[in-house]
Amino acid sequence: MEKFTQHKGLVVPMDRPNVDTDAIIPKQYLKSVKRAGFGPNLFDDWRYLDPGDPSIDNATRRINPDFVLNNSQYEGATVLLGRENFGCGSSREHAVWALTDYGIRAVIAPSFADIFFNNSFKNGLLPITLSENEVEQLFQEEAEGSGYQLQIDLEAQTVTVPEGGSFSFEIDEFRKYRLLNGLDDIGLTLQHEDSIRAYEAHRSSEAPWLFR
Amino acid sequence: MAGKTLYDKLWDAHVVRSEEDGSSLLYIDRQLLHEVTSPQAFEGLRLAGRKPWRVSASLAVPDHNVPTTERELGIVDPVARTQVETLDRNADEFGITEFKMGDIRQGIVHVIGPEQGATLPGMTIVCGDSHTSTHGALGALAFGIGTSEVEHVLATQCLVQKKSKSMLVRINGSVGTGVTGKDIVLSIIGKIGTAGGTGYAIEFAGEAIEELSVEGRMTVCNMAIEAGARAGMVAVDQKTIEYVKGRPYAPSEEQWPQAVEAWQELHSDADALFDYVVEFDGATIAPQVTWGTSPEMVVSIEDKVPNPDSEIDDVKRRGMEKALAYMGLDADTPIDSIAVDKVFVGSCTNSRIEDLREAAEVVKGRKIASNVKQVLIVPGSGLIKEQAESEGLDRVFVDAGFEWRDPGCSMCLAMNADRLEERERCASTSNRNFESRQGLNSRTHLVSPAMAVAAAVTGHFIDVRELVGGGD
Ligand code: SF4
Repeated sequence: MEKFTQHKGLVVPMDRPNVDTDAIIPKQYLKSVKRAGFGPNLFDDWRYLDPGDPSIDNATRRINPDFVLNNSQYEGATVLLGRENFGCGSSREHAVWALTDYGIRAVIAPSFADIFFNNSFKNGLLPITLSENEVEQLFQEEAEGSGYQLQIDLEAQTVTVPEGGSFSFEIDEFRKYRLLNGLDDIGLTLQHEDSIRAYEAHRSSEAPWLFR
Repeated sequence: MAGKTLYDKLWDAHVVRSEEDGSSLLYIDRQLLHEVTSPQAFEGLRLAGRKPWRVSASLAVPDHNVPTTERELGIVDPVARTQVETLDRNADEFGITEFKMGDIRQGIVHVIGPEQGATLPGMTIVCGDSHTSTHGALGALAFGIGTSEVEHVLATQCLVQKKSKSMLVRINGSVGTGVTGKDIVLSIIGKIGTAGGTGYAIEFAGEAIEELSVEGRMTVCNMAIEAGARAGMVAVDQKTIEYVKGRPYAPSEEQWPQAVEAWQELHSDADALFDYVVEFDGATIAPQVTWGTSPEMVVSIEDKVPNPDSEIDDVKRRGMEKALAYMGLDADTPIDSIAVDKVFVGSCTNSRIEDLREAAEVVKGRKIASNVKQVLIVPGSGLIKEQAESEGLDRVFVDAGFEWRDPGCSMCLAMNADRLEERERCASTSNRNFESRQGLNSRTHLVSPAMAVAAAVTGHFIDVRELVGGGD
């Protein structure tokens, strides 16, 4: 997994609550058996005017000029600014893969849906929860001029605005440690192989029907 | 010391070890797998040279992408076919039991788990699918995970988890006739909102929940995720135990008494403390219909489409306006004057035998309305289909002009050929009314099976109580 330590990047605003994973990556793209290549279809239904499908070349489709990602001002954005309950809906990790494949490294919102939040950490995408007021301030500052960039420091747990002020955010110690070091979760868990075996031995004597 | 909640009991019984930061390594008893969220997990295992930790803990089934007609032709869409074939190959290679497409036991993953007894009280159950919360109806801790976690469970039979807070949603008193589990859960979501349960594991309780069948409880727990909660659950009672008895994966006869004894403990203690408690009065719940693009945008059939002008919160008002524009609805339109183009009865929320019986009860002797273009009835599994046919339910539907299909997710998410055209309006028994969920720019109204077919035979939403029983 890619490490996340510090990141400075252009902000793209996604000004609506409850952005769901169906919107982030529509279901027709879930038929892929791979992890990569979802970026061109990130927010597909909003990004293009005509329907998309894995069999259709995106280059032949009509771009929705009103959608924020299509505004050249946001080309190369790596920080997505969202509203409450970001990433709600299905468990599809494809939503996170689409964001990272597109180049997004962090999402900032007042709240996230649980599964999306979890999935983000598995893929080096940093979800940052700030208060409603802080997020509102970022939206306003972003709207005031182009080229709005934020500096994120995971070690210090801060988001710094261009003017220099900064907000701090909370993060689990374990998650932070894994992200900072880009560690593989499975490898970490397998260090506890003996504990897992011991649990199974005890549990299967207590509830043998669970181990058929 | 206060007693334990059901959630506490399930959690404590599965902790392999606790970390200093409050997270735990949690043992997973059962993992259900389907074709959409598992290929990358198996690929990851293979790349790392790992093997599944305990193959008997997994059960696989293709459901999202399977066709619901002319199965003998196979899957026409080559991309979808590859995905289903990939699941077949992975299950075969790693020795995991799979109910393949031609198997009578094939069906929607959340329907076949309980049906087979692969979902048992007291278990921890995961699946790469958010509606895994369904299985909590049997007194299990069940939640959806992402693909990286699917791989993690395959490789270690464990997950690193932080315990959620606990919420008790109590529905006091009985609900009226014609009011189902679907209406109960939609009305709960309408009240607490789609993020109301975020960070919580919800236990549903109270007379109305106790009076529901186990299948009805599955409908309620299924949509816990729509309230933002990863897990929903209901305490074990005599109904749960009877439901499980005799199912293929249920405990053997020798182990049965021991299992039942353990399951009797699976309820919150009387003095257990919850982080949050909400109570509703069951008698006030009427059949529900969603009007917008989020499950919390729901009103009762007796109501009107809400007016954004009366919403003071800016973000919410804009959300409502957007939703109304998308849905092609005017504020203040009476719900029962909204006409539908298509009707879908199916999905892991409402495709079990009782759902089909309830729907057939309303349909009997009636015909599809002239303005309704298509009605799909999609049973949740091959076994449910067979059972329904033995009861003659399929005849009732076909005689009414409906289509009787093979089991799968179908138009719940429209990954296969079953989908709505642009701007078509659908009464659907599924769980999500997000934009384009059932087809690009399609319009979904979530309802119960009885309400869905009531719309199919009258052409518009109607209080099903006027059609059967309750009315005069
Ligand atoms: S029926 Fe719908 S909600 Fe249920 S598993 Fe299938 S796609 Fe998901």
